[in-house]
Amino acid sequence: MFRRRGDGLIASAMLAPAIAILSIFVVYPLGRAVWLGHLRCDATGRKCRTSGWMQYFDVLRSSDFQHALKVTFVYALLTVPAGLVIGVGLAVLADKQIRGIGFFRTIFSSTVATSVAVASLIWFVLLQPQVGLLPDMLSMFGVMKNPGLLNDAGTALPAIAITSIWANLGFTFIIVTAALQSIPAELFESAMMDGAGGWKRFTNVTIPMLSPTLLFVSVVLVTRAFQAYAEVDLLTKGGPNPERSTETVTYLIYGQTSLVKNDIGLKSTTAVLLFVILLVLSLVQFRSLERRVHYGN
Amino acid sequence: MAGVQLVKVTKNFGSVVAVDDFSLDIADKEFMVLLGPSGCGKSTVLRMIAGLEAPTSGEVFIGDQLMNGVAPKDRDVAMVFQSYALYPHKTVRANIEFPLKARGVDSKLRVAAVADAAAVLGLADLLDRKPGQLSGGQRQRVALARALVRDPQVFCMDEPLSNLDAKLRGETRSELVALHQRLGSTFVYVTHDQVEAMTMGSRIAVIVAGVLQQVGSPTDVYDRPANIFVATFLGTPPMNIFPAQLFEAGEHSVGVRPEHMRFVDSHSGGVEATIRLVEHLGHEVHVTGVLADGTVVVARHGGEEASPQSGDMVTVSAEARHRHRFDVSGRRLA
Amino acid sequence: MATNTAVAKQQKSWRIYGRYALLMLVTLIVVFPIYATVLSAFKSGPDSLDHPRSLLPTGLTLDTMRAAWNLGHMGRLLWNSLFVSVAVTIGVIITSVLAAYAFTFINFRGRRFVFGFCLATLLVPVEATVVINQRLIDSFGWKNSYQGLIVPLLATAFGIFLIRQVFMTVPKELIEAASLDGVGHFGLLREVAMPLARPTLGALALFTFLGTWNQYLWPQAVVDDQEHRTIQIGLDALRSADINRFNLITAGTVIGALPIFVVLVAFQRQLVRGLTAGAIKG
Repeated sequence: MFRRRGDGLIASAMLAPAIAILSIFVVYPLGRAVWLGHLRCDATGRKCRTSGWMQYFDVLRSSDFQHALKVTFVYALLTVPAGLVIGVGLAVLADKQIRGIGFFRTIFSSTVATSVAVASLIWFVLLQPQVGLLPDMLSMFGVMKNPGLLNDAGTALPAIAITSIWANLGFTFIIVTAALQSIPAELFESAMMDGAGGWKRFTNVTIPMLSPTLLFVSVVLVTRAFQAYAEVDLLTKGGPNPERSTETVTYLIYGQTSLVKNDIGLKSTTAVLLFVILLVLSLVQFRSLERRVHYGN
Repeated sequence: MAGVQLVKVTKNFGSVVAVDDFSLDIADKEFMVLLGPSGCGKSTVLRMIAGLEAPTSGEVFIGDQLMNGVAPKDRDVAMVFQSYALYPHKTVRANIEFPLKARGVDSKLRVAAVADAAAVLGLADLLDRKPGQLSGGQRQRVALARALVRDPQVFCMDEPLSNLDAKLRGETRSELVALHQRLGSTFVYVTHDQVEAMTMGSRIAVIVAGVLQQVGSPTDVYDRPANIFVATFLGTPPMNIFPAQLFEAGEHSVGVRPEHMRFVDSHSGGVEATIRLVEHLGHEVHVTGVLADGTVVVARHGGEEASPQSGDMVTVSAEARHRHRFDVSGRRLA
Repeated sequence: MATNTAVAKQQKSWRIYGRYALLMLVTLIVVFPIYATVLSAFKSGPDSLDHPRSLLPTGLTLDTMRAAWNLGHMGRLLWNSLFVSVAVTIGVIITSVLAAYAFTFINFRGRRFVFGFCLATLLVPVEATVVINQRLIDSFGWKNSYQGLIVPLLATAFGIFLIRQVFMTVPKELIEAASLDGVGHFGLLREVAMPLARPTLGALALFTFLGTWNQYLWPQAVVDDQEHRTIQIGLDALRSADINRFNLITAGTVIGALPIFVVLVAFQRQLVRGLTAGAIKG
């Protein structure tokens, strides 16, 4: 592009709004949080005393943080692989031009219309003991006697996971379906001519050609799992207590029962740690899967 | 025996008739070219031989066995796609090996077969590369190797040269012919390029709008075209078609190829034409003229004789033996 | 022979039946929660708890919905969400288009640095910034206000990148021709760049609207009064200890979810385009 007089001015004017917003509400808060992270403060943030930069390590190693981290990890483990498998499975299932397939595709995509709050509330009602449908049905079929589900330390996290998997279905389905349709038909035909049956075609053509998309989806799902807040706030409030079995890291920071609510220094420390963890996770995923991912022609 | 027979094969896609009552006998070891303009159904015929499409009606036989309902992988047919359809994430070696691996061939045999195919097609140095790192011509050879490695009865090829540049196309044409002679298998080759058809095929089947127009050796199809379509599709520049009255009595049409158009004296019969364009191509000269009624005439000669100039009024004619006669419906007369 | 084809045909129809069966099964599983919720919203309190009769579409009434609307101040909630989402969407479009234009068509000093700056913000999740943003908003006096909800969300790196991607596809010759015609920057933006970007802008608009509408953490951090609550954080209030009014929450959920369902049905294409923008390009 060629330079013209006044270009610099125009560029500044055009960039000003975006840069201003991003600086004030993204970069500054992050920076300030990093700074505050080494202080201990009161609720108003006015009286602070230095605690030293080791505070980051102290929080990282604290049992509360470790617990929340473990909960979040397990949550990711419950939701991401299942989400990927189900998403791919459904996309492949619906990938045939048979009559009425549009109807099914719309159904499978429909959960993308739910927000986390809406999905959580839908399942909240279903899962309530005594009043919800599912506990009723489960005990009726003898699967479980009086299942506590959300109120039971062992089943609370999986119950929330089911909510998440259901809510993420639509998103995963839409993306994988679009990716499936972009695989050239000739690759499948060639594999057919080469003697590969359905499963072999799936492992030799479908999955490799889907790999960039699967990487993208897994990064999104893992990020969502680590950001889990609304579902916890609405379904279990971090409980059941005293085990705090569903206290994810984000809930630890912002939840009602948050231990760091009243200390903006510690709150910042934890928030920054969460940020770093998310960052590391994305990088790790990209690196390790990038090697396996093939990017086509 | 690995001939291919198509018996009254029809293929409809919804209300569109892609292939219409098509019957063709391809002999064992033959190099049969399916030639026609885009969308004429030639690829559909090929895909029905390979088993990728099922005929709406009619039968397909390979080696005297009925193939209707038989899956592609059980037909012992290999296919080279126009876009090569190489597995982008596999190495060249893995690509070539895949058909054998999918059939559970023993690993030692696989290695030997891959080495053979690679040697035949000059791919030995490229075995560990991925398709993304290869040139167009190299990719095409990998696609061939993959087809080769199965030692099939029939090779189906769908416009394999269309993605190559002109020079490479010429080289690969002769390589393919050599390959055919070496392998002694039946080749069924689809193209819209008449030069490829004329130089490669032992026989050409000309197809238009899903209907077989004519099948015969290149000279047959060129010297004795069965109808106006075949006559004008083969040969560049295309055959000139006139109403008969210009040269002889009758209600039919007369076709004369450009190389047989002659400039004669006005007394020896013929038609008057004004020269519009004279193109010197080096090895030959193309002379384009216009008749009184606006019909365009193209004549071609080797350049030894003198050419008229643009704007000249000349008389053009053709010897009787070089006139192709077609009836009102376009079909060849006698 | 002929039997070959017949057997093949029969096998094929079994495969198709099997597929339909599987499709129906999955549909049931996916739709069941939605069905149960919608049905419960249209029943009276006690009816909605009478399992398994609660699954039958009988005894439908609008009473619960009406009660939920009034008790939950749904009108207010929906309006707040709408207002905030539309405002943020418009803001993001404007800031993204302007910034993307500057990055694509103006070769200014330090362009790469500023671009990198924006790139970096992509990595920062909202969880990390809420802590300080909350205090910031408070210090501006914007707590419990529309500005507080809207302003921090007015620019996103995602939007800038998306639009920049489209702008980069404008052929160089077109720009040169425009320059020869004497068209200035704003003219180029209006006549050439924007029309090209329209479909992507549609996708970005939908995406931003959706994202803002669905936000939970940020509204909760900024607003705690009745007036400015958005739908996502306001639905919670309908949870009732009274067992006979238990389904108020489902009625509220249906009301709250309906607008988005409608919007998505209307803008399906943009949705798919927006979602796949990141995925397929790798």
